[in-house]
Amino acid sequence: MSGLTDLTLKAALDGLASKAFSSEEITRAHIAAIEAARALNAYVLETPEKAIEMARASDARRASGDAGALDGAPLGIKDLFCTEGVRSTACSNIIGNFVPTYESSVTTRLWRAGAVMLGKLNMDEFAMGSSNESSAFGPVTNPWRAKGSNRPLTPGGSSGGSAAAVAADLCLGATATDTGGSIRQPAGFTGTVGIKPTYGRCSRWGIVAFASSLDQAGPIAKTVEDAAILLTSMAGHDVKDSTSLSVDVPDFASFVGKDVKGLRIGIPGEYRLDGLQPEIAALWDQGVAWLKDAGCEIVDISLPHTKYALPAYYIIAPAEASSNLARYDGMRFGRREEGTNLTETYENTRASGFGAEVKRRILIGTYVLSAGYYDAYYLKALKVRRRIAEDFTAAFHKVDAILTPTAPSAAFPIGEKSDDPVAMYLNDVFTVTTNLAGLPGLSLPAGQSSDGLPLGLQLIGRPLDEGTLFSLAGAMEKARGVMARPDRWW
Amino acid sequence: MAIDVATVRKVARLARIAEPEDRLESLASELNGIMAWIEQLSEVNTDGVEPMTSAVEQPLPMRDDVVTEGGDPRLVLANAPKSKDNFFVVPKVVE
Repeated sequence: MSGLTDLTLKAALDGLASKAFSSEEITRAHIAAIEAARALNAYVLETPEKAIEMARASDARRASGDAGALDGAPLGIKDLFCTEGVRSTACSNIIGNFVPTYESSVTTRLWRAGAVMLGKLNMDEFAMGSSNESSAFGPVTNPWRAKGSNRPLTPGGSSGGSAAAVAADLCLGATATDTGGSIRQPAGFTGTVGIKPTYGRCSRWGIVAFASSLDQAGPIAKTVEDAAILLTSMAGHDVKDSTSLSVDVPDFASFVGKDVKGLRIGIPGEYRLDGLQPEIAALWDQGVAWLKDAGCEIVDISLPHTKYALPAYYIIAPAEASSNLARYDGMRFGRREEGTNLTETYENTRASGFGAEVKRRILIGTYVLSAGYYDAYYLKALKVRRRIAEDFTAAFHKVDAILTPTAPSAAFPIGEKSDDPVAMYLNDVFTVTTNLAGLPGLSLPAGQSSDGLPLGLQLIGRPLDEGTLFSLAGAMEKARGVMARPDRWW
Repeated sequence: MAIDVATVRKVARLARIAEPEDRLESLASELNGIMAWIEQLSEVNTDGVEPMTSAVEQPLPMRDDVVTEGGDPRLVLANAPKSKDNFFVVPKVVE
């Protein structure tokens, strides 16, 4: 395969700027790589013609000295983002062959910066899942395999296609979204960098809604610097999203490489779960050592309500989902299954259109919002959510950022947890707290398991302080050295 | 509090999802498993705590009540399962 797909986004942008190669050349290299990697099932829709058209337009802009921050860089787009004229399904049968007549605000920003779209990336249906197994298009296979094994592993979820595509060099970077860990856990499972920014940094307009008070878009990338470059172009105020924050977007890449000496790093005791795998604990200790060597001060902190975050999430997210997904009724778009009357048409449409996990969450959400249970469950969960947010506020009086593992394990085999919803939900135990509190969280590859699989560490920051996370992650990436890459078996 | 088959039937009806009778038992057991795990929230003292409905502490922005986009039924209907004369066609609602 062409060496052009091995480049980082930063190196590719430098090469495009110096005219070492054209956007059309690097785009064609990626198209060939995607065709050769269909066994991974990372893309649910390839758009090679559109990609070449966008690449040629980029080359023309560059020739006239008019290039944007991402000009000519081929990217993958999670299928949760609506893309004008290009099928967008959230990997659900109920949306069917929906072709949006509008473009999401985040992708609009990317195209304005000159980026090229390679296609739409696989994901868990409606972003509900931690293994990409609930997709209507079938699971994604992780490019990584355990040492000496051919057993297919999940890339995590819900942004499993995004993470696998970046790890396998099928794009220079990808968009993703994170409601409970859906950027960070797959980044951890695939040796890539992912950041969920502060709630409100990226516009949610044009992204299929799952749980609106938790959903945030962010990038998955090959390096910390690449993630910073992508987030700079994705973020920004948007009047079409009432929760979008009207704040300046700094040049996040300028934070990578900054000195982190004197920063105080919190280590939350509550994240040292009973039964935490020894190699995850060792990885965490390694991260602490790197930051100490870089001159950071390590501080033990307490986030006492941590264990209640996932149960609170599994009330709040399904409640919001049951409300958001009420729009899929077969009347205005998507699939319609006729019945003998209107109610039966709704019921048939939703029964055949939604997959098992989505139905399960809609039923839970409907139950906790129903008369007699609203106060006991939904209101209680919203109060616990505030307790969790207050834990972080108190901690950030003492520290500048928090270091934790990204996930409790390395990537697991496809099918291993699909029969046990609660076991699957526990994948998000370290990531879900930041969604509830609205805080930025970044996952970076920090090491490998004894089986040779990538493992991630997570940095959590103050609201709108993504910059500090990029500085810390940059320092850790430097201390770690070059990461191994997956062997190309596909 | 356990979720029985009657509750699942009622909730599925509220959610407008047709669930066959022979699925209700196993759904009840799945939902009970999840809700039993969620029950631990009752351990948290939340006396006097305000519910947190948004991760953003800012007032909802206001704008002038004017049409900004719209007026193009062709775009609105582009993905309709059934449409006619610039309208969605839906099953009969009033008997």
